[in-house]
Amino acid sequence: MTQEAASKLIEGATGAWEVVIGLEVHAQISSNAKLFSGASTEFGAEQNQNVSLVDAAMPGMLPVINKKCVEQAVRTGLGLKAQINLRSVFDRKNYFYPDLPQGYQISQYKHPIVGEGEVLIDLPGGEMKTVGIERLHMEQDAGKSVHDQHPSMSFVDLNRSGVALMEIVTKPDMRSSEEAQAFVRKLRAILRYLGTCDGNMEQGSMRADVNVSVRKPGDEFGTRCEIKNVNSIRFVGLAIEYEARRQIDLIEDGGTVDQETRLFDIKTGKTRSMRSKEEAHDYRYFPDPDLLPLVFSQEWVDEIAKDLPELPDEKRERFIREYALSPYDASVLVSEKAIASFYEEVAETSDPKAAANWVTGDFFGALNKAGLTIESSPVSAKQLSELIKLIQDGTISGRIAKEVFELMFDSGDDPAKIVEEKGLRQVTDTGAIEKAVDEVIAANPDKVEQVKEKPKMIGWFVGQVMKSTSGKANPQTVNELLAEKLGVSSDN
Amino acid sequence: MTDLTKLTLAEARDKLKAKEITSSELTGAYIKEMEGARALNAYVLETAEKAAEMAKASDARLQKGEGGPLEGIPLGIKDLFCTEGVRTTACSHILDGFTPTYESTVTSQLWRDGAVMLGKLNNDEFAMGSSNETSYYGAVTNPWKGKGEDKALVPGGSSGGSSAAVAARTALAATATDTGGSIRQPAAFTGTVGIKPTYGRCSRWGIVAFASSLDQAGPITRTVKDAAIMLKSMSGHDPKDSTSVNQPVPDFEKALTGDIKGLKVGIPREYRVEGMPEEIEKLWAQGIDWLKAAGAEIVDVSLPHTKYALPAYYIVAPAEASSNLARYDGVRYGLRVEGNDITDMYEKTRAAGFGAEVKRRVLIGTYVLSAGYYDAYYIKAQKIRTLIAQDFKQAYEKVDVLLTPTAPSDAFGIGEKTDDPLSMYLNDVFTVTVNLAGLPGISLPAGLSTRGLPLGLQLIGRAFDEETLLRTAGVLEEAAGFNAEPDAWWRA
Repeated sequence: MTQEAASKLIEGATGAWEVVIGLEVHAQISSNAKLFSGASTEFGAEQNQNVSLVDAAMPGMLPVINKKCVEQAVRTGLGLKAQINLRSVFDRKNYFYPDLPQGYQISQYKHPIVGEGEVLIDLPGGEMKTVGIERLHMEQDAGKSVHDQHPSMSFVDLNRSGVALMEIVTKPDMRSSEEAQAFVRKLRAILRYLGTCDGNMEQGSMRADVNVSVRKPGDEFGTRCEIKNVNSIRFVGLAIEYEARRQIDLIEDGGTVDQETRLFDIKTGKTRSMRSKEEAHDYRYFPDPDLLPLVFSQEWVDEIAKDLPELPDEKRERFIREYALSPYDASVLVSEKAIASFYEEVAETSDPKAAANWVTGDFFGALNKAGLTIESSPVSAKQLSELIKLIQDGTISGRIAKEVFELMFDSGDDPAKIVEEKGLRQVTDTGAIEKAVDEVIAANPDKVEQVKEKPKMIGWFVGQVMKSTSGKANPQTVNELLAEKLGVSSDN
Repeated sequence: MTDLTKLTLAEARDKLKAKEITSSELTGAYIKEMEGARALNAYVLETAEKAAEMAKASDARLQKGEGGPLEGIPLGIKDLFCTEGVRTTACSHILDGFTPTYESTVTSQLWRDGAVMLGKLNNDEFAMGSSNETSYYGAVTNPWKGKGEDKALVPGGSSGGSSAAVAARTALAATATDTGGSIRQPAAFTGTVGIKPTYGRCSRWGIVAFASSLDQAGPITRTVKDAAIMLKSMSGHDPKDSTSVNQPVPDFEKALTGDIKGLKVGIPREYRVEGMPEEIEKLWAQGIDWLKAAGAEIVDVSLPHTKYALPAYYIVAPAEASSNLARYDGVRYGLRVEGNDITDMYEKTRAAGFGAEVKRRVLIGTYVLSAGYYDAYYIKAQKIRTLIAQDFKQAYEKVDVLLTPTAPSDAFGIGEKTDDPLSMYLNDVFTVTVNLAGLPGISLPAGLSTRGLPLGLQLIGRAFDEETLLRTAGVLEEAAGFNAEPDAWWRA
């Protein structure tokens, strides 16, 4: 076992345990209309406003597939480097629930639209790992039961009824909560790059069912529990941590894990049983006779493939290649489409490496501190690029630039304007700098003696000159003049 | 019976166009007949006022020399068709008071072409039955009675209201639906013409679903020509029904050339079933002679999987029905019987809302789709379905059309088979194969039984070749010269 693998194990009373995780991620397809009806999918509409006759399952209503949703599923499949099935079948999954008007969910069971694929996840320390995708299928979302409007009755909101979802099922390839979280993060990034799902977990656009089991390293897979509807990346981590520990304690206390469906309680941070295997529904899947098998051509898939945007992994490679970035910086910059775009805009007109340092350093720091996202940043990519250019052309020093950046972040003003108004322009006038150098040398004869013995002390002189010029002197000029006047080499 | 109700649809249409009669007169005569025939229980909802208004509007158009192909023609509509603003219940208690806000595609096309609605016609509950005895609104009585008998007979089913209304001249023509024989068998029992077109020829949108892969709308009329006229208006591709086929709709009336010289007519030997009354055998032989005399060539063919059709049908149809009827749950519309909780409400509502035959089929359907039984029943039935379709395909390599009896007996008495579902199901033995293969089939009256009751012959055609079917039917109709009429015992 490698050291990394060993570090993911969980220590129990009887030794180390390995946790095995597979995910089923439900991602809402970005589309204007629902999967089988023309009703709007807009989030936040008034209750039961986005409901067609089909969504309410009125007698005699029939589903008609929304081509846009199929295109989005194919695009996603391509983004997951997965097999695209030119023929797939919609099945009915039968069960009774008030928020399921038809009494069945139209889903894809035996013949999904997308088959096996893979996702490369980024782990701390720049490590990468491949997680296998088992399949992706399309299905309808259900409505929502509302229990807090009446003392004894429940209400039903059908706005989500019939909204298109992609269920993306992984292979049981993850071995820690960090890996599972990294997978969700990466999957979300891919979907956002593709524009096939907005990935807004807090609005319910993405949620995950988490399958967790534990085993002694090298043993067969243990019995798994499925934790339903986990709706944030943080909760995915917490649910796995709790569930793995629960299963280990259970087994070590002589018990066995029962295959069951569990819920993660965000208040207690614990999972609890929802229904056992025996209570599991018999969904009576069968092909939906209202819909013909979904068939499309390879040419159509090729058309979609042609329009596929550059995805995080390719972008990362390109950043390393084109901008000479470190793998770590490149990974950070491509983690979100918005960040990558921002970075590229900055790097386009300034030094790419400096741009990477600024974006991942001061810029992220300031955003985090202010609790802002990149979309709501007060500093635009163009402004940040201009700031870097001011450093490059010697208008300001790096030290002053940090000060300018803070002022930009507070005011939203252009860097040039701030530099002018505050008089922060770097002094490159050799005469002025020479005057300051001469003054420092004259005022410190003892140090002048010492620097002859120890040339590194030139740094002290530089500091003094910068101080006396309020940091505006060009450091290189200062260095050169000091070296010349003190008779030491400047390149130490 | 007035003279106006003696006209065929084609005759009435021509007289209306020629302004010899008005739709108000014609419709008025039918309203009078409809109101005078309540003893038949053919109508579950009379819409006399609406009919009068529609007739008046038709007259205005006809007066200006305008109007569609069915302008001013009064029709009865099977209660399975959703009609905007007019109660539609599929003759089930569970749809109590349901008034659609939408119009089925088929009926909207009839209104587009100028037809007038007399009311909603009785049918077996959710079209499940072969005698119209399972209707929540009670049985329909066949206008025909045996010679010297007073026994009330069934009009066939499920479109028993449609067949009885047309036979009793309380509608000039009627819409019907056929899942396993529900147009053709009632037509045979009442001396009327009924055509089930190719699956996909008529839109299913807005028709309360029984078994989606088998359901097809069609007309019941007095003559083959009337059937051709009705079918043209009812047919056509509908983007709202994914199973509707985008095929041009021919002018079916023009197909009635009376010329079938050289036509190859197949006689499937497997349709000579054990225990079939001799008079049916004789009628079949008579039909063969008529076609021969008209210049057709008779060819013996084999449809070897015929005997598996009925069992396969009674797996596929209930399976789809069990899922299609899940939407009737008391949550959104129709009947609700309050319960202690949601499950209790479901159980009480569905127990009270569905009749015995519907419950039987929902149970059968649920059973055959259950885990562990699905492969043995549903999958096997689907395989049989494929084999049956292949049987027909092979037969049509040799012949153009098939001739068979429509039903294995003449009309039976009300209550005679209600305790014996299997003997009831046997009524569909000659008709279900056609639905399983998705082919067009027509029944026309060809003679009287020894009891003096109508008997029908069935023609089965190639997919989307209703023209050959109608042309052949026209020749048989001419040869049979069926002009018997029931005594109007029901007249109030």
